[in-house]
Amino acid sequence: MLRVEHIQVFYGDLQVLWDVSFEVDEGRIVVLVGANGAGKSTTLKTVSALLTPASGTITFEGTRLDRAPSHKVVELGIAHVPEGRRLFPEMTVEENLIMGSLASEAKSKRAETMSRVYNLFPVLHERRRQPAGTLSGGEQQMVAIGRGIMARPKLIMFDEPSLGLAPLVVASIFEIIRMVNSEGLTVLLVEQNVKHTLSICDRAYVLENGSITMEGSGRELLHNEHVKAAYLGI
Amino acid sequence: MEVFFQTLVAGVLKGGLYALIGLGMALIMGVMGIINLAHGQLMMVAMYITFVLFHYLGVDPYRALPISMVSLFLLGIFIQKFLLNPLMKVESILPENQVLMTVGIGIVLTETARFIFSSNFRSVMTSYSTAVFFVGGISFSVALCFAFLCAILLTAGMFWFLLKTDLGRCIRAVAQDNEAARLMGVNAERIKVLTMGIGAMLVAAAGTMLMPVYYLFPDIGGPFTRKAFVITILGGLGSTVGAIFGGLTLGLVEAFGATYIGMDYEDMLGLIIFILVLLFLPGGFKRLTKV
Ligand SMILES: Nc1ncnc2c1ncn2[C@@H]1O[C@H](COP(=O)(O)OP(=O)(O)OP(=O)(O)O)[C@@H](O)[C@H]1O
Ligand SMILES: [Mg+2]
Repeated sequence: MLRVEHIQVFYGDLQVLWDVSFEVDEGRIVVLVGANGAGKSTTLKTVSALLTPASGTITFEGTRLDRAPSHKVVELGIAHVPEGRRLFPEMTVEENLIMGSLASEAKSKRAETMSRVYNLFPVLHERRRQPAGTLSGGEQQMVAIGRGIMARPKLIMFDEPSLGLAPLVVASIFEIIRMVNSEGLTVLLVEQNVKHTLSICDRAYVLENGSITMEGSGRELLHNEHVKAAYLGI
Repeated sequence: MEVFFQTLVAGVLKGGLYALIGLGMALIMGVMGIINLAHGQLMMVAMYITFVLFHYLGVDPYRALPISMVSLFLLGIFIQKFLLNPLMKVESILPENQVLMTVGIGIVLTETARFIFSSNFRSVMTSYSTAVFFVGGISFSVALCFAFLCAILLTAGMFWFLLKTDLGRCIRAVAQDNEAARLMGVNAERIKVLTMGIGAMLVAAAGTMLMPVYYLFPDIGGPFTRKAFVITILGGLGSTVGAIFGGLTLGLVEAFGATYIGMDYEDMLGLIIFILVLLFLPGGFKRLTKV
């Protein structure tokens, strides 16, 4: 479905991604793990066309993304739930959700998708008229996820959805991710919460200093000695 | 007491127009993150359009209103698309250079006007330019009342657009978080172009409605750019609601200053308020209202 091949990405003169390649098959949960500064967010931003790779290609269902403008990527069916939630703080919860459904198809099903999001997160319905900036961290993450779902994407990318949340909330966020996946949505997940993520994913890639150093099923990596030592602290 | 109320009325009527000027400036500041130092010069262009339509074609300023608004909308779009957006593509150019560019645009507009119209004072003398009506001994300028009404309608329409339509929400989204807006599929460059168009259109409306009671010369843009700047600082940078309060405040300060201190101090008082706000209420009225 999504195929990233040999991308090199720079911030100005500074190279951050080195020859990164990976693939996401339809219906799967694919995970990108790595330490701080490894380049995980950079990878997702490049897929979303916020950044342009200096070389390499990105294709989504046969369409080239690496030279497309960011709004085209959204139209093609890729939603990006960014690191740090990035809600529109002065807009209400409901307006944030509306902002997720600008593309014409998502727009025509806006009311329907919104009630689905409210079913998923009842607390958001209670707070729908509240400015998003005044919500708790966990609630904000729910809005960010809901805003991604509002786009009715084919592929949804999550950048560290568990960051800064209490363990109980983290568990429920992962539960939601599993659920949307079981309803047919393909997931690309970036996480530092390695143990949890590897156990729910179909395929995982390890990103270190801007390069993919390992790949395999979640199971394989969970039992890999290097992963155990470097990421699981065993 | 009569003088007081007369001054109050004058200040509020003027403040309505100032709010319109400030609203456009605040939108531009919010979305583009820059101060548009050609704002008053755009208004000057709209005033000359109004003058030409009246003087050569006999078009009443209020009929000229849609024409000047559409013209300035297009001029704003042109400026953003071909003069400001290209600057953002070059990474080595600081964002401040866009502000410098607006200064240049302002100068070009002013000198072009001087070239075409010379530096002479112009005005649009309509049948109602000096018409007044009285309520309880206080006089109301017909033209200014009408302008105030139009300003309210335009402002209300603008807020409806910003709050209730997808396009309006996109403008607010880009102002609040450009990158996140792009992740939602917003074409941020197009939104910037649209916003500059709208800002120019609003200030054009203010300029055209001022024409029946004001005078015009090429350098009139500068003072109005300063006023727009003061209004947005008063209101809190980029705050649209704040700009309305800022506009009314400036209108009132100028009116009371002119009545109780002296006509010559009108402009200075606005700037004194401006400095006081920067010193004692940085962030402007937005700090108080949080909107
Ligand atoms: N805007 C930027 N300008 C310059 N360098 C940047 C920029 N954003 C990120 N970097 C650098 O690129 C590298 C990769 O950053 P990135 O945000 O992709 O890491 P990450 O894997 O998402 O890390 P984290 O887990 O902390 O979110 C880091 O060394 C970072 O300092
Ligand atoms: Mg990151």
